[in-house]
Amino acid sequence: MTRDIAVVAFAQTDVLRTSDELSEVEMLMPVLHEVLDRTGLKTADLDFTCSGSSDYLAGRAFSFTLALDGVGAWPPISESHVETDGAWALYEAWTKLLTGEADTALVYSYGKSSPGSLRDVLTRQLDPYYVAPLWPDSVALAALQAQALIDAGDTDEPALAAIAARSRSDATSNPHAQLRGSLPQGEYVVRPLRIGDCPPIGDGAAAVILAAEDRARELCARPAWIRGIDHRIEAHSLGVRDLTDSPSTRLAAEKAGAFERPVDTAELHAPFTAQEVVLRKALELGDDVRINPSGGALAANPMMAAGLVRIGEAAARVHRGESDRALAHATSGPCLQQNLVAVLEGDPR
Amino acid sequence: MSKEPVAVVGIGQTKHVAARRDVSIAGLVREAAQRALDDAESTWADIDAVVIGKAPDFFEGVMMPELYLADALGAVGKPMLRVHTAGSVGGSTALVAANLVAARVHGTVLTLAFEKQSESNAMWGLSLPIPFQQPLLAGAGGFFAPHVRAYMRRSGAPDTIGSLVAYKDRRNALKNPYAHLHEHDITLEKVQASPMLWDPIRYSETCPSSDGACAMILTDRAGAARSPRPPAWMLGGAMRSEPTLFAGKDAVSPQAGKDCAADVYRQAGISDPRRDIDAVEMYVPFSWYEPMWLENLGFAAEGEGWKLTESGVTELDGDLPVNMSGGVLSTNPIGASGMIRFAEAALQVRGQAGEHQVDGARRVLGHAYGGGSQFFSMWLVGARPPES
Repeated sequence: MTRDIAVVAFAQTDVLRTSDELSEVEMLMPVLHEVLDRTGLKTADLDFTCSGSSDYLAGRAFSFTLALDGVGAWPPISESHVETDGAWALYEAWTKLLTGEADTALVYSYGKSSPGSLRDVLTRQLDPYYVAPLWPDSVALAALQAQALIDAGDTDEPALAAIAARSRSDATSNPHAQLRGSLPQGEYVVRPLRIGDCPPIGDGAAAVILAAEDRARELCARPAWIRGIDHRIEAHSLGVRDLTDSPSTRLAAEKAGAFERPVDTAELHAPFTAQEVVLRKALELGDDVRINPSGGALAANPMMAAGLVRIGEAAARVHRGESDRALAHATSGPCLQQNLVAVLEGDPR
Repeated sequence: MSKEPVAVVGIGQTKHVAARRDVSIAGLVREAAQRALDDAESTWADIDAVVIGKAPDFFEGVMMPELYLADALGAVGKPMLRVHTAGSVGGSTALVAANLVAARVHGTVLTLAFEKQSESNAMWGLSLPIPFQQPLLAGAGGFFAPHVRAYMRRSGAPDTIGSLVAYKDRRNALKNPYAHLHEHDITLEKVQASPMLWDPIRYSETCPSSDGACAMILTDRAGAARSPRPPAWMLGGAMRSEPTLFAGKDAVSPQAGKDCAADVYRQAGISDPRRDIDAVEMYVPFSWYEPMWLENLGFAAEGEGWKLTESGVTELDGDLPVNMSGGVLSTNPIGASGMIRFAEAALQVRGQAGEHQVDGARRVLGHAYGGGSQFFSMWLVGARPPES
């Protein structure tokens, strides 16, 4: 890599089960103001803007165009949008900064799951000819993955319950989380997954500012330097994948340099408990690594934002001096089909 | 630190038609991608990453279809990135892919954009429900017709200019085997007699609804050196966005379009676009957008663009050919339309545009726009690599 680029600021909304009274723009605006305030930057100071969202959550075409109004794109700005989690918007912004065409970038993403039935909506992500007509929902597919892990001897239901409990317990110190504290595992939703093994459905938004080199040092006392970032996709058909493993995560981590030195913290985008088991294995994370101190996606899982939140949470810990080398992971698609890994580091103290 | 020069070494597109009932969505995109690989004499193994774009997912009824298309595009085990910037997306997708090469993240990238509009009704897909939009807007034509009327009033252009553009583009399409509309019996009188859809836009002055895909292989200097055919070199590229609606917005000649063009010209060292650029492939979904964009892009002074059209300057054998391929007026798979413009610009400087080749085209502009005239993406490609 030829240019040092860092996350210099992060902000997120409280994640709520419903936000009926707020439009997407209204949900996003406070977060944009907050992340700009952290750096003292104004919209006009930003060289590039990139966002992530999904029309299918909003239920209308071009839903991101109204969000752009909230950014205040006047005079006109250099701007782009990805139709997926904001972690990939951050990746696009990172490449833009690498070219030297920009020194600062705003990245934001948001998702309102409350207007529709999320389990049904996500079936529309599947192969439209052979799978989507059967409407297999996201929990059912995650349950297939969990059962495959149990059958392989990689985990069991008590171990999954422990992941759920640890996540919600850690979330007690996260004011933005939707589920916090001690919660019962509850009934089966789809065997072997119980209510506690599944993420809450919620609305939320997040924003990050990236800056390069000296600009990063001006804007942040301890920038979270992106030492590596990479993403990989797997086959779509679940029938050709080994659901107990995540080769795309492992390859992305390798390309991002995650295995060169141990990390002290990992923020994993594992919406279902069993997926944390898969990711820990793929990322070779030992028991000494602090996993999801924010509570992770089991405590708050705003669609299209939860991956960006993982990068933001990891960066914020570096900013605060609570981590020196953190790994952040984001996922997209059914059963961890597509995965992104970033390695963030603080300057030596 | 200098950027890696970016070259286009492979271009592929499908024969655009109203409905490709013979292929799935995966089959459609793979056809374009395979043709781009064949053109570059490359294989799937040569591709480091895939950048894919399309307009709203509702057009096919598949949420984030890139997930399902990973296998068909040989992306398994590779990075795959999905771009969506409204109508400009085909251009933006190419620029995001180009940045991966320019930043030296990857050596060779497949970029592709598509739309299979026969899976739904695009016009109503673009008509937002109340309260997001006022009733009776009925598709993009209803949105843009008042802007055309404003241009006519502002410039004093004769009523016939729009029909001249449509007549030219539909005749250019006859020379392009991939174009959707091949109206062999087209006459100016027929264009002018076609039904009025959204006053002042007539049926023959609007784009069709197409199924189609377009793909390009972008690579670095080393990749270009291995290219079996002449590469097209990216000399400049930019995106600009502004809000949909706001007090003071110039819907006829948006500032974002002017700024985007100025950025591209600065990168490419273009001081006088009319003199320095040989041809333009621009996004003209409704005929009148040719004179409007000629002004917005700096090829004519404000209010003067229609004179270039009227005097034949923009004809295929004119001094500044515009939309040699037949343009969006002849082919419009919405998500792909921007990339088709970018690809046509590259075909021209590679000297591979066949019957619609402009002799001696050395520098050609590709242009796309989207949303409410608010998202712009452009690139300028040349027959020679950038100097710095």
